[in-house]
Amino acid sequence: MAKNQSEYLIKRNNNEYEVIIGLEVHAQVLSESKLFSSSPTKFGAEPNTQVSLVDAAFPGMLPVINEFCIKQAIKTGIGLNAKINKRSIFDRKNYFYADLPQGYQISQYKNPIVGEGSITLDLPTGEKIVGIERLHLEQDAGKSIHDMDPQNTLVDLNRSGVALMEIVSKPDLRSLEEVNAYVKKLRSIMRYLGTCDGNMQEGSLRADVNVSVRKKGQKGFGTRCEIKNVNSIKFMQMAIDYEANRQVDIIEDGGTIDQETRLFDIKKNETRSMRSKEDAHDYRYFPDPDLLPLELSDKFINDLKKNIPELPDEKKKRFIEKFKLSSYEATILVSDIETSKYFEEVIEKSDVKLSTNWITGELFALLNEKNLEISQSPITAKNLSKLINLIKNGTISGKIAKSVFEIMTERDKDPQTIIEEKGLKQQSDPMELEKLIDKVINDNQDKVKEYKSGKEKLFGFFVGQAMKVSSGKANPQLVNEILKKKLK
Amino acid sequence: MSDIIELTLVELANKIKKKEISSKEVTTAYVDRSEKSKKLNTYITEDFENALKKADNFDKNPNYEKKLSGIPMAVKDLFCTKNLRTTAGSKILGNFIPTYESTVTENLWNAGAILLGKLNCDEFAMGSSNETSFFGNVQNPVGEDLVPGGSSGGSASALAAKLTPITIGTDTGGSIRQPASFTGTVGLKPTYGSCSRYGIVAFASSLDQAGPMTRDVKDCSLLFEVMSSYDYKDSTSVDFKRRNYLNDLNNSIKGKKIGIPKEYRVDDMPKEIEGLWQKGIDIIKESGAEIIDISLPNTNYALPTYYIVAPAEASSNLARYDGVKYGFRSKGENLIEMYEKTRSEGFGNEVKRRIMIGTYVLSSGYYDAYYLKAQKVRKLIKNDFDEVYKKVDAILTPSTPSSAFKIGEKTNDPVSMYLNDIFTVPINLAGLPAISIPAGLDSKGYPLGLQIIGKAFDEQNILNIAYSMEEQIDFKNEIKDWWM
Repeated sequence: MAKNQSEYLIKRNNNEYEVIIGLEVHAQVLSESKLFSSSPTKFGAEPNTQVSLVDAAFPGMLPVINEFCIKQAIKTGIGLNAKINKRSIFDRKNYFYADLPQGYQISQYKNPIVGEGSITLDLPTGEKIVGIERLHLEQDAGKSIHDMDPQNTLVDLNRSGVALMEIVSKPDLRSLEEVNAYVKKLRSIMRYLGTCDGNMQEGSLRADVNVSVRKKGQKGFGTRCEIKNVNSIKFMQMAIDYEANRQVDIIEDGGTIDQETRLFDIKKNETRSMRSKEDAHDYRYFPDPDLLPLELSDKFINDLKKNIPELPDEKKKRFIEKFKLSSYEATILVSDIETSKYFEEVIEKSDVKLSTNWITGELFALLNEKNLEISQSPITAKNLSKLINLIKNGTISGKIAKSVFEIMTERDKDPQTIIEEKGLKQQSDPMELEKLIDKVINDNQDKVKEYKSGKEKLFGFFVGQAMKVSSGKANPQLVNEILKKKLK
Repeated sequence: MSDIIELTLVELANKIKKKEISSKEVTTAYVDRSEKSKKLNTYITEDFENALKKADNFDKNPNYEKKLSGIPMAVKDLFCTKNLRTTAGSKILGNFIPTYESTVTENLWNAGAILLGKLNCDEFAMGSSNETSFFGNVQNPVGEDLVPGGSSGGSASALAAKLTPITIGTDTGGSIRQPASFTGTVGLKPTYGSCSRYGIVAFASSLDQAGPMTRDVKDCSLLFEVMSSYDYKDSTSVDFKRRNYLNDLNNSIKGKKIGIPKEYRVDDMPKEIEGLWQKGIDIIKESGAEIIDISLPNTNYALPTYYIVAPAEASSNLARYDGVKYGFRSKGENLIEMYEKTRSEGFGNEVKRRIMIGTYVLSSGYYDAYYLKAQKVRKLIKNDFDEVYKKVDAILTPSTPSSAFKIGEKTNDPVSMYLNDIFTVPINLAGLPAISIPAGLDSKGYPLGLQIIGKAFDEQNILNIAYSMEEQIDFKNEIKDWWM
């Protein structure tokens, strides 16, 4: 682990506290059907329309493992450089709740499908490796709706039985920036793999956050609190910040931290106790007798390994080595699979350096401004590539290109067509340019004198005049050359 | 007409195929007799009208190619039947009408059988006397105020009283074999994984297995053949080659090695049972099979192991009966109160007892001492069988430590009730097949059974041994229709 990354310390009196963070991320497996039934998993469907007899726990109904979900979990494990356990067991986690039809959740307790692994974070200060404790598969519960009927709680079982991966990190995170980088990187890896869409608004990615504090330099961990079910990075950061400060205040007042489960209240920006360790549920875990232990052959795992796509870390390495990108540029371009796809499509036919600049510059600015994902970009990779080629071959100047880009944002039109329609093509005929420059020289004899008497800074003035006269269309490189000749 | 009910399944099926009798005649005979036998309380839900209609339809448009063409039958009320109430003997499912069919019953209907109705059983199959049913206890046709055994008590009683030609039960710790023994009928608990559990109300998932209950071994072979199938909807279903058990039935057991486990000679075993066991041994010897003394050293731990494993699974399996989705619901001020009232009122005492035992043995701090330990012992019990099966082909024991007892005799003493399963429980723990066949009557005239235990998926072998013994024993049930 790299040391002294972004320092996140809480200071009280003369003490400095370090914050220890671990995340249990619940990622919804990208799958057409549920973990143990064939019901669909589409988001936003009418309540109770994606429910089978198995999901609603009718008498005599039995779970059957969805092989696709198993493959997704293994692929994710491979993406986390983790050990794939050839034998894993599904357990029942028993508790009563209205939206838990079976009266237990099928989960994996002592024998998860994926063991220890790691994620490399790309931080401004460098890389940091965060340990993964495990990944296990479990069913999601349904949803209780308390505010639709004055008397009754309503239950929607559409989510009941949807496959989740619980990915547990080691307590290796030390700052809010690291939490941000960790969640983003995990999300990115899963999106590259196609194992989770990472859509936090739709609840595809949520986390339980474990927080403890200790005096800087102290060995061993303090008592931790777990903040349940936080569904955005921003809320995770707010919750951690509140919780860490709360714990420090208690310790500074001479108190001790109680191990407990807490809830984050978004409106009040505070965490509240949900239940103490003494009140913790006794889930009475035991192996689900309806499901045999899951045993995987080497071949099954290896076949999946063979089909793992290039992941962000490898891609970044390749971009740096092959395209001579800076680490910073490469990190940005691989951070999201859609961005990397866009980039690779553009550079397939265009200059890498120019493409990098245009994507990380103009395009990102545009997407930011319009609050769009790259997949929603108004300018397709194909047309951006054409625009860059027009710059590269001298058809238009960089400046004109920006105007063309502007027009392209309105309608994703072929830049060539725009140039022709608007007559923006670069003036590159030397004869024409000579005439134009002669005119500039004639019109500015006084400046020519000054220049010739040594005021060489005026060269830029002549270039500017030539561009102005040509309405910006003159090829600046040629203008330079001709001017140099004429002004000798 | 009255002799129709005397026919075995195989005889009936042949006569229907030969058009000597119609399905309607058969169905009518059984419906009539069932109507006159309400005192036995075997049925929870009758479906006689539909059965007669179906029989009529069969006769009008017959298909004689199937194994159970036009055969009426009632089934234990633990199998979910589409559009027909399925209660599991419990108030909590007292109004539950499934929209789906269990795989085993589906197999029956696909083979041409016709449903007569749903038979009484201990609540959630938890009991050995059919006294825990919410729908009242069942009379054993063998004698007034005798229990028929349990949990498939209604099935055994209906079969012995000739209210159905064949039936099916489920066996978690002896629930087919013990009532078969108490009523002088044949009951097979197949190898775990042989019959699909899909659509059967679960008691203890790792032990539950459906099986045939019939008047003789031939019927048992045919019915088992129809019931057993590989089913992807049950992850514990095993994809092995099913045989034509009836066709392959063979009464020659010459050269077979049959083990007699010394641990089954329990203290205070009634002399009559020991006598019948010896009679069985002698018959086997006379048939040219070899008797070998064997030891199953962990037999003593089977009952306590069972009463940890089964309640543990049950406590979790029964969590779904919470009043939220289907079945009985009691009113409460809030969710917790609704749960408490629903489950307090919806479950009977024996079910509650087992839920509490199961919850206890799974709770943190006790899990290792009880559940985990029990799983280890279970493995040892299985190892015992694996070991002896290197030397023998099958094992012969009594089915039960006593004959049928009086209604109410053991209801206040759960442990003595549990002891009824002492000879049957180890087989469920090991997942093996075992058949109970009638071996004779005790001094009171009550039937007693012998149990033949086989190797996994070796049902054919124990059916053959049972078939051979059946011929020699020539058992006659003395049922006098006292309830009519």
